[in-house]
Amino acid sequence: MKKEPVKVKEVPAQLRVGNFQEVVKGYSEEEALLEAARCLQCKNPVCSSGCPVGIDIKQFIYHIRQKDYKAAYFTIREKNNFPSICGRVCPAEYQCRKACVLTKKGSPFASEEAINIHFLERFVGDYGKNNKLDVKTEKEEKFSKFKVAVVGSGPAGLCCAGELARKGIKVDIFESLHKTGGVLRYGIPPFRLPWDVLDFEIDYLKKSGVNIITNFLVGKAKTIKELFSQGYSAVFLGLGAGVPSFLGIKGENLCNIYSVNEFLTRVNLMSAYKFPEFHTPVNIGKNVLVVGGGNTAMDAARVALRMQKIKGLPLNTMVIYRRTEIEMPARRLEIEHAREEGIKFEFLVQPKEFIGDQEGFVKKLICLRSKLGEPDSSGRRRPIIIEGSEFELDCDLCVIAVGLKANQILINATPELKTDKYSDVIVDPETMESSIKEVFAGGDIVGGEGTVIEAMGMAKKAARAIIDRLSKKGE
Amino acid sequence: MKIVNKKIINDVGGVRITQLDIVSADIASKAMPGQFVMLMVSHEGERIPLTLVNADKKTGIVSLIFQEAGFTTKSLGKLSPGESLYSLVGPLGHPTEVKKFGKVILVGGGVGIAEILPVARALKEAGNEITTILGSRNKDLLILEAELRETSDQIYIMTDDGSAGKKGFTTDMLGELLSKEKYDLIYSVGPISMRKRVAAASKEYNTKTLVSLNALMVDATGMCGCCRVSVSGQVKFSCVDGPDFDGHGVDWDELEKRNKVYSEQEKHICRLLKP
Repeated sequence: MKKEPVKVKEVPAQLRVGNFQEVVKGYSEEEALLEAARCLQCKNPVCSSGCPVGIDIKQFIYHIRQKDYKAAYFTIREKNNFPSICGRVCPAEYQCRKACVLTKKGSPFASEEAINIHFLERFVGDYGKNNKLDVKTEKEEKFSKFKVAVVGSGPAGLCCAGELARKGIKVDIFESLHKTGGVLRYGIPPFRLPWDVLDFEIDYLKKSGVNIITNFLVGKAKTIKELFSQGYSAVFLGLGAGVPSFLGIKGENLCNIYSVNEFLTRVNLMSAYKFPEFHTPVNIGKNVLVVGGGNTAMDAARVALRMQKIKGLPLNTMVIYRRTEIEMPARRLEIEHAREEGIKFEFLVQPKEFIGDQEGFVKKLICLRSKLGEPDSSGRRRPIIIEGSEFELDCDLCVIAVGLKANQILINATPELKTDKYSDVIVDPETMESSIKEVFAGGDIVGGEGTVIEAMGMAKKAARAIIDRLSKKGE
Repeated sequence: MKIVNKKIINDVGGVRITQLDIVSADIASKAMPGQFVMLMVSHEGERIPLTLVNADKKTGIVSLIFQEAGFTTKSLGKLSPGESLYSLVGPLGHPTEVKKFGKVILVGGGVGIAEILPVARALKEAGNEITTILGSRNKDLLILEAELRETSDQIYIMTDDGSAGKKGFTTDMLGELLSKEKYDLIYSVGPISMRKRVAAASKEYNTKTLVSLNALMVDATGMCGCCRVSVSGQVKFSCVDGPDFDGHGVDWDELEKRNKVYSEQEKHICRLLKP
């Protein structure tokens, strides 16, 4: 008889919207064993081909079945430094789970029957964290004379730093904000990635010898050249994609129209949901609109809904997206969570113009209806505006979540660093080395908006190349 | 981030203008006139931008001058020498364009006068003839007059009540000067209402006018867009594209409205926590 997928426990929607505590509770040991037992242990597994860093999924699930969680942990850690984080934020339904043989052929994302690989990964990652499993360092004396500067403490920077430190290379991470973690801190809300999980990974790095310098903006306080003259042998750029895109429509600078980064940074990084205990304010509205269909749009909508609840307002947050649900780039789980929590969705809607009041606050959004046409360069069907379909939505707060572009400060300060038309850093795909010798890059600054696991894959590749380079230098 | 010196420049009816000298060798070694820092007073604090008034490369000390007007600036004013800020990052923004323009007028109003000082010094150093116009409500509120007198070839003081210099607005004097002679650059920092009038006055004479904008910011590295301003029909981020912009192109009404977006919360937190 076919075994049903093991559902993960979650905090009920009506309870969770009043706070920022984690929604998904994760598998218990019994649940993990039941889910692992569903794995077919294919002779020629295809799931790993869906993983950007190629975790040996069959093997770690096998270890779970044997109750050898330690071995499962080390199997994952061979490829992925932060299983507790990735198990929570990876869009598995587009990656490993989509590749799983239990997914129906031709499905745009994983079928429900696909093994819940991400929940198993999280279970194993948390086991490792709770049991303080340390990955063995491979410190080599010859590396101890080198130091490497890592710019940015997001997923790419943290991963690269960890890899280098394991070899005994001295690493300084430079972070411009006052807190570490990059997008994992300012972007992803704690109800998806609790801070203790992130802090654990960062503390682990610190214990392994990584030095973190916050409040330091490379490109302004120091140039890349100056880093080299200070004795760094290599520089890794994990700058991220943090520049928000706007719609470019009339009225977009009215008050209470936020970029998704501003809204999330205020609430997550600056804890504006605890105002006035924390001093950073954020506004909330009675009719909140979130424009966009990605994960950040889902995060913003769920944050807005929680803010409405905290402020005692009726819950009224709506996501508007120019395509349909199928084309939404967000994780299916987050769409489901958003819907359970009471967020409304309007599809095939294109914003046209914001209308404000005398004081300059937004009051309405004029929109147009669209229909889907032929697929565009992204492979998704292009929305086509329907003439004369104009309609109005009440809107006293709007969050615009329509994409993020490469951070520019360091790039602008470094003209010799070659970039492409998106202002992303151009690298040698084998080594992740940029146009400047000994300067490597990875994460969203290279590929544009991607996932945590993709950033990590690039960072590991760069770390290998740096180690290789230093190894030759050391001889 | 340690405060080494604190000076109350002015205290009129409990509203203080305060100077803090803070150790930050990294910022001091790189800071140029017109640039700013972001700071947090405590880990619960908000991030606020303040213009660097001075940066001493030798001692590694930077100076900030601010009016204790809002919750965060009042909290900042409570700190004493020996205490440290929770966060300080910089230097941020583009430096002010400094070169030999020729004849330059600097217009400073209120606490904005402090921000004029480093630019005045740099422009003087670059060989410009400096005319400075300072404005304040009254004599007691006027700051840094002696310092600016030193760097200026001519200086004019304007007060609302005539208690120092002449009675009237800075723009009255600006209009007078511009009507008599041709100037090559006007640089202005002060209240929005003043900068707006400066830009309007200089536009008549088609004189290049730079203004430093004080939009609200969060990260100040180009990642949030809170500080977006409209300049000549284009959306710019004051933190990374500014803070100096062509005064003739700035949408002042928009900036004024956007700067008031949290005025209710400001009142609330001041009432509740009494900084």
